[in-house]
Amino acid sequence: MFLINCPYCGERDQSEFSAGGEAHIVRPKQPTELSDDQWAEFLFMRKNIKGVQLERWNHAHGCRKWFNMVRDTSNDKIHAVYKMGEKPPLK
Amino acid sequence: MSKDLRIINNKFIDQTTRISFKFDDKTLYGFKGDTLASALLANNIHLVGRSFKYHRPRGIMACGSEEPNAIVQVGNDDSMTEPNTRATEIELYEGLEVSSQNCWPSVNFDIGAINNFFSPLIPAAFYYKTFMWPANFWKIYEYFIRKSAGLGKSPTKPDKDIYDHRYLHCDVLIVGGGISGIIAAKTAAKNNLNTVLIEDKNILGGTTIFQENECFKINNSYSNEWLKKEIETLKSLKNLTIKTRTSLAAYHSYNYLLARENLTDHLDINEKKDKIRQRLWKIRAKKVILATGSMERPLIFNNNDRPGIMLSSSIKKYIDFYGVKCGQKISLFTNNDSIYETAISLNNSGVSVNSIVDIRDKTNSLIVKQAEKLGIKVHWKSSIVNTNGYKKINSIEIMQLSDDGNDVVGKKIKEECDCLGISGGWTPRVHLFTQSGGKLKFRDEDNVFLPNKSELDQISIGSCNGDFELDEIIKNAADSINKFLKVNNNDYENLEIITSKEINKKNIWLLPSDKPLGKTKSFLDFQNDSTANDVKLALREGFKSIEHVKRYTTTGMATDQGKLSNMHALGIIAETAGVKMGELGTTTFRPPYTPLTFGTIVGRNVGEFFDITRKTPVHDWHVENKAEFENVGQWKRAWYYPIENENMHEAVQRESKAARDSAGILDASTLGKIDIQGSDASEFLNRVYTNAWSKLEIGKCRYGLMLNEDGMVYDDGVTTRLSENHYLMTTTTGGAANVLSKLEDYLQTEWPELDVYLTSVTDHYGTVSICGPNSKKILSKVIPDLDLSDKEFPHMSFKNVLVDNIKCRVMRISFTGEHSYEINIQSSYAKSVWEKCFEAGKEFNITPYGTETMHLLRAEKGFIIAGQDTDGTMTPLDLQMDWIISKKKYDFIGKRSLYRSDTVREDRKQLVGLLTDDPKEILEEGAQIVAETNKQPIEMLGHVTSSYFSPNLNKSIALAVVKNGKKLKGQKLFVPMKNKTINVTITDTVFLDKENKRLNA
Repeated sequence: MFLINCPYCGERDQSEFSAGGEAHIVRPKQPTELSDDQWAEFLFMRKNIKGVQLERWNHAHGCRKWFNMVRDTSNDKIHAVYKMGEKPPLK
Repeated sequence: MSKDLRIINNKFIDQTTRISFKFDDKTLYGFKGDTLASALLANNIHLVGRSFKYHRPRGIMACGSEEPNAIVQVGNDDSMTEPNTRATEIELYEGLEVSSQNCWPSVNFDIGAINNFFSPLIPAAFYYKTFMWPANFWKIYEYFIRKSAGLGKSPTKPDKDIYDHRYLHCDVLIVGGGISGIIAAKTAAKNNLNTVLIEDKNILGGTTIFQENECFKINNSYSNEWLKKEIETLKSLKNLTIKTRTSLAAYHSYNYLLARENLTDHLDINEKKDKIRQRLWKIRAKKVILATGSMERPLIFNNNDRPGIMLSSSIKKYIDFYGVKCGQKISLFTNNDSIYETAISLNNSGVSVNSIVDIRDKTNSLIVKQAEKLGIKVHWKSSIVNTNGYKKINSIEIMQLSDDGNDVVGKKIKEECDCLGISGGWTPRVHLFTQSGGKLKFRDEDNVFLPNKSELDQISIGSCNGDFELDEIIKNAADSINKFLKVNNNDYENLEIITSKEINKKNIWLLPSDKPLGKTKSFLDFQNDSTANDVKLALREGFKSIEHVKRYTTTGMATDQGKLSNMHALGIIAETAGVKMGELGTTTFRPPYTPLTFGTIVGRNVGEFFDITRKTPVHDWHVENKAEFENVGQWKRAWYYPIENENMHEAVQRESKAARDSAGILDASTLGKIDIQGSDASEFLNRVYTNAWSKLEIGKCRYGLMLNEDGMVYDDGVTTRLSENHYLMTTTTGGAANVLSKLEDYLQTEWPELDVYLTSVTDHYGTVSICGPNSKKILSKVIPDLDLSDKEFPHMSFKNVLVDNIKCRVMRISFTGEHSYEINIQSSYAKSVWEKCFEAGKEFNITPYGTETMHLLRAEKGFIIAGQDTDGTMTPLDLQMDWIISKKKYDFIGKRSLYRSDTVREDRKQLVGLLTDDPKEILEEGAQIVAETNKQPIEMLGHVTSSYFSPNLNKSIALAVVKNGKKLKGQKLFVPMKNKTINVTITDTVFLDKENKRLNA
C-alpha cells in the first residue's frame, strides 16, 4: 500500500487515490485531421514500462485533484509527484 | 492433571488458579497461564491429531505459531466454532472446548490410518496422477477426498463476535518483544521517538525471559534477570506503546503493516460477551525494526513424526516456562549446541535425560562442558536411525555416523524413552522481511537465509538477522539500532556478557538410515505428510524449480506454510540437484504470516455496514406506503407499490396504466446532479456532449448524450441552463460519480484554460416527478401562481418558483413521453412537497410508481437506459440517435472515433424494437436472437436488452441490439429458448405516440 504525497494535501494512504495510466499523453487539438492509425495511437497505445514511468493519479477521495507521479514500476518506489501542467522533474 | 508432570513454577503460571476445559469431550484441568498445548502435555496427552494423507498419529511438536500437528477445532457452537487453530497458541480459559481434527471416528482410532499401510502406493502427487481421468469424474473424487482430508469444520451460522479495525501511525514500529526487540524499544522511546512494540505472546521477553543458566550471564546476573529489569524500565517510557497478544500478519510496501490483536480469546467464556474479540491494526510506520527471532528446525530421519517427538527448545519452554515435563525419560537428538540448554534445564527440574545423540564430533563449548559435568551422556558422531511406538514414541535406535556422514556404521543401540527432543539448528524468521519485498542472502556456514537488501526504511536485528549468541545479539542490535535511528545510546556498551560459543557446526539435511531410502519415512512437512522421498521423486520426475516441487509434493503448503521444514526441503533439493542453496532461492512467503479469521479481515464491515445505503429524502413515505425496494448502486429505490396481494407484474401494469390514463408520481431524487458554473460553462458542455449547447436559451432544458473518447455512449441526461453561466446537469443514477470524475479529469488535465467549476449536488436536492395527462392540473393546485400554459412554460423549459415560500426549480421534462414536471427542492423539504403533490393529485387518482414502471413507460417510447440498452460498445449511431450528433461542432469527446473504420461498419449491432408474433409472449432480457434455427453452429445476431408487457398497447414489447438491425426492419427473426422458439419481428424503437402528441396533452 503506497503512501502518496498529494501535491495539494500531503501524504495520504493509497486507498484515497485512483490511478489514471500513463501521463503526458496530450489529447490532439485537431482530431479530425488525424488518420485512423494516428487516432488509435493516441486512444489505445500505452507504454507499460518496467522501470521508471510517468503516470497520472487522482486524489479521488480527497481534494479530487489530478497530478502526475514518477514511479518505478519494478519496485513501486515513487520518486516524485508534480502538478498537472508542470514538467516532470529530471531523473 | 498428572501431578508427576508438573513442577512448581510460579514465575509465569498461576498454579493457584485451576481451569477446567474439554478436549474431545473429556474434562481436563490446567492452570491460568497455560496454553492448551501445555495443559494437554501436563495431562500426559501428546496425541492430538492425525496427519493429512496417511492419518498417522501426531502429537504436539512445538510451542508457537510454527506448530504443524496440534491443530484443533475450538468450540462446537454452529456460529462460534473455529477450525485449524494451533493448540500452542490457545491460552487456556474456563469453558474452553476443543476437539481434534482430521480423524474419524476418533483421534485414538482412525479408520483413515489404513492409508499408512498403503503408503508405498501413495507417492507424491498421488491424487493428481490417479484421479486425472475420466476428467468429469473429478466432481465425485473430490467429494470423497475432501471428506477424508481434515480441514476442520466451518461454522454454519453468522459469527456473533465483534471485530474491529483501527489505524496506527508511529515513528518506529518494533515487531517482536524478545531481547533485541526490547533493546530497540528502549533505545527508540528514550530518544523521543513515538514507538510501538508488538509481541504475539502475552508477555515480553521471548526465550531469554526463561533462560536461567550459568552459561548466559549479563553483568553477573542470569540473562533472564537482566532482561526482566530492562522490561521494568520500559514502563516509565512515555513514548512507548506495548501491544502484547498482537501478531503481525502482513508487511506491505511503504511500511504499511497489518497486525491482529487478540482482545478476548484468552478470557473465560462468560467474560468474552459483548467485547471486541480481535482488532486489525493498520499501521503506517516511518521506520520498522524486525526482531522476529528464529525457529528451531527439526531433524529429518526415519519415523521422525511420532507423538512425543518434539522440538528441543519447546521441551525447554514447557519445563522452564509452563512447569510441564514433556516426559519422564527424555532422549535428545541434535546437530548443534542449543539442545544442551534443554538438557540442563530438564536435569535441574529433576527430569532424567537418557542421553544426547549428537551428529557432530566431540565439541567442548561451555554449555557442552556444563552438561557433561552434570553427568548427561552424549553419543557423539551418532544418529537416530529409527523410532518405535505407534501412538507415542517408546524407543529410539542409535547408530554411529560414517566419517562422510552419508552412512551409519557399527552396532545399533536401542534406547527406551517417552519423549524425544530434536534440534536441527535455527532458521531466522525472515518471512516478514521478504513479504515487504526484501531480498535474502545465504550464509553457508550455518545454512541460513538472512535479510540482505530492502527498499524500505527497515532493519532486522537479533536472531532473525542471524545473530544467535547472546553477546552478538546485544552488541549488533544496539549498534544497528543506533545507526538506523541516528541516535547515540550507550546503555549497552560496556556490558559484561558471558555466553557459550558454538565451536563445532555440522548439518545433514537428510540423515542416513540403516534401511534403504525407499523403506524409510522421513517427514519434511508434518501437516501435509510429505517426505524426503516425495521430494526426491519429484526431482527424478524432472521438476527443477523449487516453486514447482513445492506444488507437486505440497511441501510447505499446509496451514503452517512450511515454517518448520521448508529449509530441509530446499537442502535436499539442492543436494540432489547439485546446486548451491543460495542459488536455489526460497519459495515465496506470502501474507498472512499466521492465519487471520475472516472476522478480523472484514472488521465492522458486515451486514448493514457492508456498504453505504443511500436513501432519498422521500424514503420514509415509500416505506409507509409499502413499496418494494430495488438496489440501484448504493441507492434504495422504490421498485413498485403493491396493493394488497398484487405481485410485481400486476402492480406494474396498474401503475403504468394509471400514469398514462391520469397521473403518476415518481421519486427521481437519485438522478445524479452536477452544478456547473463559470464563464466557459457553455463551451465546456459543447465539448462533453455530442450536441450543440452554446445556443441554449436561459431557462431551457436539453437532452444530452455523453461519449467516451472511443465513441461509445457513456451516459445521458437532461441539462438545464439556469442562468448565463450556470447549468444544472443530470446524469443516470448509477453513473453520477463516474461522470463527475470524468468531467473533472478533462477540466483539470486537457482544458485547464476553461473557467468552469463542478459541484456534485445529487444529495442537496430531492426530485418529485409528476406525469400524465392530469399532471398540469395537479401542479396548478400545488403552485397556483405559476402560469402553466404551453406558451409560458413549454416542454423542455424550467421556472424558479416558490412552494410554501421554499425556492424550487420546476423543469417541464419527460422520461415517459407524458406531459410531466420535475420539482427540484432542497432535500429537507422534498418529502413535504411530495406529500403536497400526492394530496393535490388524489382527486385524479395520482398513482405512485417505482423504477419498474418508469422503465416500462420509457421503453414504450423507445428511450434508452445507458447501461441497460448500451454496454460500452454502442455508438449513438448504433442507437439510431444520429440526430443528437452535431454536424457543426469541430470537436467533442468521442467525435473522431465515430468515423473510425470499425465504428462506420454497417453491420454493427444496432438498437431496434422487437415485437413477438404472439402479443402475450414476454421475451427474456438477455435472450439471444437468431435468423435461422436449424443451422449449426448458429449465428447469434444480438440479444434482447429491455422487455415488458405494455398495458397501454396491450402487447409485449422489447428493445434489442441486432447485427445490421437498421436494415432489418420488418424482418422475422427467432429467439430460441430452452423449451421453445419465439418468433419475433424487428420494428421501430418507438412503440407509442410516435408523434409526441402526449407531451403537450
